[in-house]
Amino acid sequence: MNDFDALPDHGLGWLEASGAHADIVLSTRVRLARNLQGHAFGPRARVNDREAVLRQFKHSIERSEMLRDGTLLVMSKIDARTRRILLERRLATRDLLGEAGEDPANGTAVHLSSRDPVSVMINEEDHLRVQSLLSGLRIQEAWEMVDRLDEELGRELPFAYHNDFGFLTSCPTNVGSGLRASVFMHLPGLVLTKEIGKALRGLGELGLTFRGLYGEGSEVVGNFFQVSNQTTLGRTEEDLVDHLDRVVRKVIDDELRARRVLLRDARGVTEDKIWRAYGLLRYARSLSFEELMNLLSGVRLGVSLKLLPELRVYTLNKMMIFTQPAHLEQAAGRDLPQAESDAHRAAYVRRILDTEGDVSTGDQATDDSDLSDQP
Amino acid sequence: MADMICNNCGATDAVVHLTQIVNNQMSTHHLCERCAAEKGLENAPDISNLPLIDVIAQMTEDVPADPRMSGTECSFCGLTYEDFRRTGRLGCPHCYETFAGHLPQLLQRIHGAVKHVGKVYLPPDPTASDMEKKLEGLRRRLHRAIQSEDFERAAELRDQIRALEPA
Repeated sequence: MNDFDALPDHGLGWLEASGAHADIVLSTRVRLARNLQGHAFGPRARVNDREAVLRQFKHSIERSEMLRDGTLLVMSKIDARTRRILLERRLATRDLLGEAGEDPANGTAVHLSSRDPVSVMINEEDHLRVQSLLSGLRIQEAWEMVDRLDEELGRELPFAYHNDFGFLTSCPTNVGSGLRASVFMHLPGLVLTKEIGKALRGLGELGLTFRGLYGEGSEVVGNFFQVSNQTTLGRTEEDLVDHLDRVVRKVIDDELRARRVLLRDARGVTEDKIWRAYGLLRYARSLSFEELMNLLSGVRLGVSLKLLPELRVYTLNKMMIFTQPAHLEQAAGRDLPQAESDAHRAAYVRRILDTEGDVSTGDQATDDSDLSDQP
Repeated sequence: MADMICNNCGATDAVVHLTQIVNNQMSTHHLCERCAAEKGLENAPDISNLPLIDVIAQMTEDVPADPRMSGTECSFCGLTYEDFRRTGRLGCPHCYETFAGHLPQLLQRIHGAVKHVGKVYLPPDPTASDMEKKLEGLRRRLHRAIQSEDFERAAELRDQIRALEPA
């Protein structure tokens, strides 16, 4: 039994694909780094520092409207698979979980709100990482949510704050606002038309940065990119959020233009690529996660271009999360070696396409009329 | 996945897989990181050799280490200037005082700025009631909404404040 089974959406509300441009922007996240006075930061914190931080945070939960009634998951008290599921749901980081095979550090925890799409990591690199994760492009909304929670927590907890440097953080790259806003984007059009290198270099010039699915250190697979602000000091939170929002909208415009070029100049190959990806997903007996992500990229493009009208973005989002190793093991009720995991992944995908995405004929490919949510 | 051969230089560690469409013909190229970078198709940066460590390394090349800073140690957590340069991490809030002389250069380099201009934080006031704390928080957010000319938000906050304020 997982503790987060008790939550209404299991921390997965962002899969719903409801926000603006949800086919291109999968999710929006805004997080704030906060530390408490009188304790060493994560990497240098001793056991009693971490336990004191967790204790103080626990006291503040009851006084916070957004966190009260939520679920506090203390890493040392949940099993390893549940911890990996938190990682796969992007509610915990590798840093928080510690080295594979070792016990997590004392005092590390995740608190999930039951009423808002917000969560807090406790005793990561910084004492608190307050985050909001939403579906689609909703940077402003996510910021307002973490801002509200930050105000609630700041009324109870003595944050480390400096008049010149702002909110103090373990790493000077986060100091000041402590704010990192990121959007998770699918950009196959820019990749296929070879515009992506230019687009990514452009982001760098605008003070933004990009990464793969899991954030720091991960590779880009399946044309999925995570774009976020690089600097945190010297600009207001509203400025940082607004800047990212404007640039991301520009990237979306560029992506849409690239897709029009694809359809105009290479409709045949594009359709072929999409249907091949769909066919492999529909019938494959073994899929690695990387292969799945690449195929999902093709199918996602097909759904965006209305070439696979009966599939919903929600179904695609779900496939990305529930086919990760710990999720497959959870469903199977046991550990799965790689080969078995690949087979379970393919079986899950076939099953979900059977029930939610049975696109029966290719003749609909040019019919744009029907995009309704069919069961 | 089996090792892929780079189509450009023949190395066996192709990590970037590029699908191109030219004249309605689709082709896939596998490239090693170096060739991909030359073509302007960088892979996601590997964080282990990226941000701050590099910045600090560059700094120490460009800026002669301050001999007075060498051997400085934080009186709260014991972090030394050398520890800081090696890890790129400060040890505790007090480190920001200990290394205050050194930080502006570094922050300028990372952020292009040295001073925080965002949210202002006031420590919790144990004598204030919950209602006063909540009102104070709302008033600060109202102030910021007005400053950033977000009048729609300001109106919402003003209504929330009115609803809570004693008549």
